Amino acid sequence: MKILVPVKQVASLDGDFTLADDGELREGEPTWRLNEWDEFSLEAAVQLSEAADGEVVVVSVGPERVEEALRACLARGADRAIRVWGEGLAGAADPLSLASVLAAVARAEAPALILCGAQSADAAHAATGVALAGLLDLPRVAVVSAIERDGRHLTVQRELEGGAVEVLRIAPPCLLTVQTGINRPRQPTLRAIRQARMKPVAVAGPAELALEPAVVLAGAGSRTVGLRERPRSAGAKLLEGAPADVAARITEIVKESLAR
Amino acid sequence: MLAEARRGRLRPVSVELIGAACALSEEGAGPVTVALIGADAETHAAAVDVVGVEHVLVVPTPQPAFEAHVMQTAVAALIERRAPSLVLAGHTIDSLGFAPALAACGGHGFASDVTAIHWGEHGAVVQRGAYGDRLIAELDFPGRQTVVLLLRPGAFALAATDRASPGATVERIELDLAGCARTEHVELRDPPTGDVDIAKADFVLALGRGVGTAEQLERLERVADAIGATVAVSGPLVEAGWAERSRKVGQSGNTVAPRVYLAFGISGAAQHVAGMSRSRMIIAVNSDPGARIFDVAHYGAVADLFVIAAELERSFA
Repeated sequence: MKILVPVKQVASLDGDFTLADDGELREGEPTWRLNEWDEFSLEAAVQLSEAADGEVVVVSVGPERVEEALRACLARGADRAIRVWGEGLAGAADPLSLASVLAAVARAEAPALILCGAQSADAAHAATGVALAGLLDLPRVAVVSAIERDGRHLTVQRELEGGAVEVLRIAPPCLLTVQTGINRPRQPTLRAIRQARMKPVAVAGPAELALEPAVVLAGAGSRTVGLRERPRSAGAKLLEGAPADVAARITEIVKESLAR
Repeated sequence: MLAEARRGRLRPVSVELIGAACALSEEGAGPVTVALIGADAETHAAAVDVVGVEHVLVVPTPQPAFEAHVMQTAVAALIERRAPSLVLAGHTIDSLGFAPALAACGGHGFASDVTAIHWGEHGAVVQRGAYGDRLIAELDFPGRQTVVLLLRPGAFALAATDRASPGATVERIELDLAGCARTEHVELRDPPTGDVDIAKADFVLALGRGVGTAEQLERLERVADAIGATVAVSGPLVEAGWAERSRKVGQSGNTVAPRVYLAFGISGAAQHVAGMSRSRMIIAVNSDPGARIFDVAHYGAVADLFVIAAELERSFA
């Protein structure tokens, strides 16, 4: 069973960042890391692959720095990696244009299963995976919280609002988007990290994938016209003072609110 | 706009969608049509017929449970027939299963988790959060005849459902949806009942990642007991295996609106806020002054939550 796992390297904004006047994000020294959701989709893929003697191929769209995220995936059990990049692809950032790039890779690889993270930590559209399934005309289930092999089928669970769970069956080839918490992603051993350096990371450009960057960009679902910091003013009235005073004030507010 | 029902009940986000659609209509986006798609669609027709809604489309589906591929086919057929400028649906687990594919295959504009929409000269301009809501991105959709938008639950005002106006035309549309399903529904499992229904609590003590360890969570559970609060948690605590799923507040957990929501060590991720923003009094304690929870809270304290918890136990006694 060949499993394709599209992953994303995301900037962590835990630290400082600035926005330029043009609304562009100026990443001073951003920490780049593998998208949290993709740690879970990768682990799910590796577990399924280990049980069925399969192959896990990770793919990511992005410049050279993305190789670090792909190596991290290789250290966590992926067999090989593909980085897609090239002239004209820099603007392919929204879920629909990313899906069209990934669709070209999926057509070339013809996997039995595609496992995506349910969303990315940065833009959080939660859309690339299902858009990809649409373009490939593959059956899919979004926001999956359990996967079990069931003969030729997969039995999966979908976690709904309010904590209810839908159990459903789906037949490969298919695509699932995976929720965090579905498994416990393994931490790579030093040995695995060393071995990952030996595993192949292929680089594919638009030409190899028969992609026309202009067409990819025209397929974007939206155009970003502005990016700014969220205003903070409308927020909480701050309670200040010694902890005992703050607690006393909270107690007062709670009791008043409950009595109303 | 697409109304969403589960287990025979219209979901609250649908009423917000109607509110958002009517507001856009007043800005000049055109008439509002509500599409009810599902085996029991007809039963909700009266509920969505409120002031501002001009048409109601009832589209029966072969199977009772939501099925993403059936939904995609049905909505694609409605877009084909009605050529709407905007298709509004909730940013919900169901929508995430079909809307991105619908937009990708149909060549439509698309944005999810939308928190504000304005209708301008060149169509819709929307806002959505990025980087855990620390940034706001503004998007537009040049050249798109139809734009599919998924709206964040809780971000839009509810429609005035009490102003029933049996004025909308109701049309039943029969689509050939047999054979469109590509997944097989096995069952819908209720949430684990656990020991308590946090949605019914008046006073919730919500605990997040800032709690640190399972032992410290237990300590705070005792504080909750002492001050008469019901413990709820954010997603990471459930994922870590420290708390029951039934205690989870957020988009994929419970939605609560208690009289008091006391949030300790909760950063305020959008997923979490979606499940508690309608609480009547929100008080947040977090050591990080930049935590997003302070934006939705009415009162906040930048402090060590354990110190405040210990003091609270005393001041409540």
